[in-house]
Amino acid sequence: MTRPLPRGVPADPVVRALVRAQLASRSVSRRSVLAAGAGSAGVAALLAACGTGGTPGGQRSGPVEDRSADEKQVRWANWTLYLDYDDESQTYPTLERFTEQTGIEVDYAEDIDDNDAYYGKVQGQLANGQDIGQDIITLTDWMAGRVIRLGYTQPLDKANIPNASNLLPSLQDVSFDPGREHSLTWQSGFGGVAWNKAQVPNGIRTVSDLWAPELAGRVEVLSEMRDTVGLIMLEQGVDVAGEWGDDEFFAALEVLEQQISSGQIRQVKGNSYAEDLVSGDALAVIGWSGDITVLNFENGENWEFALPEAGGTLWSDNLMIPVGSPHKANAEALIDYYYDPEVAAEVAAYVNYICPVEGAREAMDAFDPSLAENPLIFPDDATLARSHVFRALSAEEETRYNDEFQSVIGN
Amino acid sequence: MSIVSALGHGQGGGGTSPAVAAPRRRARGGAYLLLAPGIAYLGLFFVIPVVALLVTSLYVPVPGGEVGQFAPAFEWRNYTAALATYWPQLVRSFAYAFVATVAALAIGYPMAYVIAVRARGRPFLQGLLLVLVIAPFFTSFILRTIAWKQILADESFVVSAIRAVGLLPPDGRLTATGFAVVAGLTYNFLPFMTLPIYANLERLDPRMLEAGADLYADGPTTFRRVTLPLSLPGVVSGTLLTFIPASGDFVNSVLLGNTSTTMIGQVVDSRFFKVSDYPTAAALSVVLMVAILVLVIAYVRRAGTEELL
Repeated sequence: MTRPLPRGVPADPVVRALVRAQLASRSVSRRSVLAAGAGSAGVAALLAACGTGGTPGGQRSGPVEDRSADEKQVRWANWTLYLDYDDESQTYPTLERFTEQTGIEVDYAEDIDDNDAYYGKVQGQLANGQDIGQDIITLTDWMAGRVIRLGYTQPLDKANIPNASNLLPSLQDVSFDPGREHSLTWQSGFGGVAWNKAQVPNGIRTVSDLWAPELAGRVEVLSEMRDTVGLIMLEQGVDVAGEWGDDEFFAALEVLEQQISSGQIRQVKGNSYAEDLVSGDALAVIGWSGDITVLNFENGENWEFALPEAGGTLWSDNLMIPVGSPHKANAEALIDYYYDPEVAAEVAAYVNYICPVEGAREAMDAFDPSLAENPLIFPDDATLARSHVFRALSAEEETRYNDEFQSVIGN
Repeated sequence: MSIVSALGHGQGGGGTSPAVAAPRRRARGGAYLLLAPGIAYLGLFFVIPVVALLVTSLYVPVPGGEVGQFAPAFEWRNYTAALATYWPQLVRSFAYAFVATVAALAIGYPMAYVIAVRARGRPFLQGLLLVLVIAPFFTSFILRTIAWKQILADESFVVSAIRAVGLLPPDGRLTATGFAVVAGLTYNFLPFMTLPIYANLERLDPRMLEAGADLYADGPTTFRRVTLPLSLPGVVSGTLLTFIPASGDFVNSVLLGNTSTTMIGQVVDSRFFKVSDYPTAAALSVVLMVAILVLVIAYVRRAGTEELL
């Protein structure tokens, strides 16, 4: 899953694209690495990924010693543009304040731009229990489930994170981490439909509305399987959080295949569908709530996002402490800090995704009531009831479904 | 190599006459010593990865294992399975690369010719034109390709103009098509075609052209019988420098194409990062390398310029 640009970034799509690409190139993205030629550069990653074969649990030598008291630092790997940033001072205000309050220096890296790619990069070291150079990693539910299942994370000491009790009740118990022993939510978001209000005056109410003849070749869907297939499954009356199987999955995939081969779907994309909405190539999409909030802010209120009548998907990114981290207590102090409602509200005002912290809405009310009213940042119960978390897949299912999905989208 | 032998020679020259054999041996040792960084570098970053690639391409999934968990084996069927599934993307990659190479040659040769031959004797003009050829390298090619997306968007004046003259149906488009991918490949690799041809034509002796004229050949004939054959090594290097990276490229297809323009690089990417199917990704990479090698050898043989390799 990829993140949108925040406010403060130039509205001109070309300049935006430049900024985005520059940011992307700052952390070595897989795109730029592999762009040099499909074979050569990817091989290093291949070596790293295959070296240990991913033995669950790994062979490691006991727990890592926590050097937090001596080394006042914490290293955090997060997604691009996923934390409040001040363009003028070129700093992250909430991080600065954390360092002031605790004396702990934060090494913040926008290292993650794709769950699978990041996993491929660090999996070899995690399997050996080595320090990956990060004390906090931020991964989406299903990938968080995988790294927790493989024993790649350290249990959180809740005594060090008293604010963890502010976690929204709906997120307190998740199937991939019962009791939240290894992870806490960073931000959540909806997968739903969005459209150009001028060009699609009647709007999009259901996923089937996307297949209208007048939208032929102007529809784009996400390359994230759980959102695109999940929304089609919901449309077909399947509860994506429940006990569905191959029949339901492949019935939805068939719809996708049909709409791609008929030319109805122009392209299957990650975050860059937002650029196509701006250029007008795409008039209606399956997309993410936060992207549309930002697009409207930057380019005028031209688009609308909605959960389809049959329901939308809900995903979260989760903070975790990897096995080899020698700064566990510092990491816990940082997580605790971001669970303070005031701080959480400040972050939410910038990133425009769903804030997982109880009380942040009240805090937001004080400095920006319009954002506190935004159901995509602070969803009401009715909205939450219509959003569903794609159920956890077994390793075998994940491989097979990904395989089929990738071949349907041309890969 | 000439620098190396010159150095060796210098050393030998400094020796006294009774010890002629010794300096010579030392000279050779010096040459190999200078090669050591290159050998170590290629060993570390080329030989080891290629071996790892070959080994990985034969792995099998562990029954009941985690996503991306594989065990060492000799599963040659990985190759047949990969080819059976992905031959369309493989063929498409080479077809796109071929068309882009031909187009780049058609565009790049005249450019190189003008700069090297016509602008000869006008260093300022020559320099300016060369800078224009190289200028695109000053920004990332990803950025330039993203700019293309905006230029060719459905609502852009380019598309409106092409629709107006009837070259494109009213609902026709340029982005998300194979045409845009090939056009992007052509554009992105054009300097790699132009520069080697320029470097070659720049050394073209004008007296050859005069001799052609003296022998009553007209302009086109001189070009066909003298200039073109003499510039062939440049053409061969230019086409290789364009075709090889273009076949493995996927940025253009990701940005300018859609699901029906997938190239083999995208498949490798998706197999590796999306499905964690490392053996298939490795097998496809090996197939791509071997296929390119075979095509290149056949091409160079045919062009009669083996000395280039």
